[in-house]
Amino acid sequence: MTLDSTLTQLAYLLIFPGFLFLALYGMYLQWLDRKLCAIMQNRVGPPWFQALADFIKLLAKEVIVPDAAESRLFRLLPFFAMAAVMTALVSIPVGRSALFGFQGDMVVVIYLLTIPTVTFFLAGWSSTSPYSTVGAMRVLTQLFAYEVPMMLSLIGPAILAGSWKITGISIFFAANPILIPTQLLGFATALVALQGKLERIPFDIPHAKNEIVGGQFTEYSGRLLAFFYLAIDMELVVGAALLSAVFLGGSLGLTRWAAIPVFLAKTLAITFLLALLKVLMARIRIEQMINFCWKYLAPLAMAQVLLDVFLKYRLG
Amino acid sequence: MSKITIPLGPQHPALKEPENFMLVLEGEQITGATVNLGYNHRGMEKAAEERTYMQDLYLIERVCGICSHSHTTCYITNVEELAKAETPKRALAIRTLFGELERVHSHLLWLGVAGYEMGFETLFMYTWRDREQVLDCLEMLSGNRVHYSINTLGGVRRDITAEQKAGVLKRIKYLEERTKYYISLATEETTLLARTQNVGKLPYDVAIERGAVGPTARASGIARDVRKDDPYLIYGELDFKLITHNTCDVFGRLVVRALELMESYKMIEQILNNLPEGPIAVKVPWRIPAGEAVNHYEAPRGEDIHYLKANNTDKPERLKVRAPTLANLQSVAYMMEGGWLADVPLVIAAIDPCMSCTDRAVVWNPKKGKKEIYGWEELRKMGIEHYKRRGVDFTKL
Repeated sequence: MTLDSTLTQLAYLLIFPGFLFLALYGMYLQWLDRKLCAIMQNRVGPPWFQALADFIKLLAKEVIVPDAAESRLFRLLPFFAMAAVMTALVSIPVGRSALFGFQGDMVVVIYLLTIPTVTFFLAGWSSTSPYSTVGAMRVLTQLFAYEVPMMLSLIGPAILAGSWKITGISIFFAANPILIPTQLLGFATALVALQGKLERIPFDIPHAKNEIVGGQFTEYSGRLLAFFYLAIDMELVVGAALLSAVFLGGSLGLTRWAAIPVFLAKTLAITFLLALLKVLMARIRIEQMINFCWKYLAPLAMAQVLLDVFLKYRLG
Repeated sequence: MSKITIPLGPQHPALKEPENFMLVLEGEQITGATVNLGYNHRGMEKAAEERTYMQDLYLIERVCGICSHSHTTCYITNVEELAKAETPKRALAIRTLFGELERVHSHLLWLGVAGYEMGFETLFMYTWRDREQVLDCLEMLSGNRVHYSINTLGGVRRDITAEQKAGVLKRIKYLEERTKYYISLATEETTLLARTQNVGKLPYDVAIERGAVGPTARASGIARDVRKDDPYLIYGELDFKLITHNTCDVFGRLVVRALELMESYKMIEQILNNLPEGPIAVKVPWRIPAGEAVNHYEAPRGEDIHYLKANNTDKPERLKVRAPTLANLQSVAYMMEGGWLADVPLVIAAIDPCMSCTDRAVVWNPKKGKKEIYGWEELRKMGIEHYKRRGVDFTKL
């Protein structure tokens, strides 16, 4: 490997579409989400630099580790969460194709996107305070509710495209745009499941502030909290990118630089839909969420899978 | 699964005032709940004995930030009863008008708080925006948004002009439209229904047994409202319905409050359109003849009771306030048990608690086996010493 190609690789990983882009775009989406909610709720909302300002302010704050917590684990968890989300982006196309795509990368991405949730659980559990413990239990309970509908709804397009490679799926849909509307049901279920994964209203149960204060993050402060928040912002980008690649045909067959605006437009649209869900509803209880996910969301996702199997059979 | 005890308060995002609820959890379900009062004692009843009747009016107004008019009206009715003052009809009508405007602002505030406690922030933002309309009305009429200070001994401070009347009616029209929208929202929105129906059950018998008052009691099917049972001010002449609901849950309390808003709008229009002519205040002597008086008043949260004992001086001998929250708190522990942790904030909020109205202190000396009541000077001295021990010296200030 020459120096030149190493530098290019590093630029890919650290600048675009890697760390820097992911962090900045994540913060932008966080701001956009807050601004959209504010407008829909008849408020003014934060200025454009709010997300970055919050991040910098938290970095400057003191980090307090509870005496009862396992100090090393407690400090490492935010970085695990962030690393897992960043790694997931490697296989998701931001432009025309992913940095490193391979057959079966979808399974890897699903797996990598579960890691942040597990770190949230460990964060709450290792803090040992009552609020964090309840929050941690809720994180894990919620994981079992949304994960299955999420996976089921991602399987449908993969079956139809005959590929387990995310780039492959998006290229297939870009080539057959007529099939995109058939994935509407799967897209809707994945969107709702993503809302659950990102722990946003109506599924912000693990850190419902009126009930258990900060939930799993109650004991976190300073830069550790900042990195957790950053990981969640990045997860929003990655989740939106995944949905746009799998269900909406990714870059629609455009080449590298022309593909970027398409990517941005689609992720922005998905953020808008997520913000809309957030303002329309009240937070539900954990047992109501499990009921909803297993009784309605999972069967709907399953119906999409059956539809895709049928379509695949008809198309040959 | 092992049991966890979670403290809800005294400092907690769900509580607007310091109060403590200890919850024993088994998983997400509550197996035991205790209510601990006493974080907000301000010694107001004692302070009232050191001030004149006129000064007390302003002190009593600050018992509560939301039902300030309820407390002063209840207090002043006692004073006027003892002084045998003939309060003019117009003053009574204006007091009634403020009472209803206050109910509107309190119920809209509650609706927002309920939305916030169930994680429905949009409802919170919308109702609080609309609440500004009624606060504007109050500001226009009295000059103040929260502590209106409209009452004075023998009547009210300010009269209502035709211009103000038109302004209030216009805003009430707008609020009526908005409230209709909230009623349809509350009865149709799925997640809101999921969070309120069958939550915080308080059956009819239990509500009677625990002495629930106000909307909490009315949502359990008890037709109890001082405005109807024992009409004061000019409520006897107004045409309004007593709203009850028989679901006995948070949803019922929400519906009762929302429908009461509609009744309040109706009453405000009636009062403004039939405002009696005449003076707005009469003179009341500074010294109040010796005697005792008790009065009750339907505050937005329920029945508020004031007791007053006068001793022929310009200061009361004893003033006792029984705020509605105290009556309702007994029901909260019952409503929480067996429920979900997620419902606790909502159940507490559903009685519309006002802790600062409620907290009282009596010293119980176990050695002597009797109650001791401290005077103002002693309490002051104890307070100063308490802080001295913590390194803060107020005597130097």
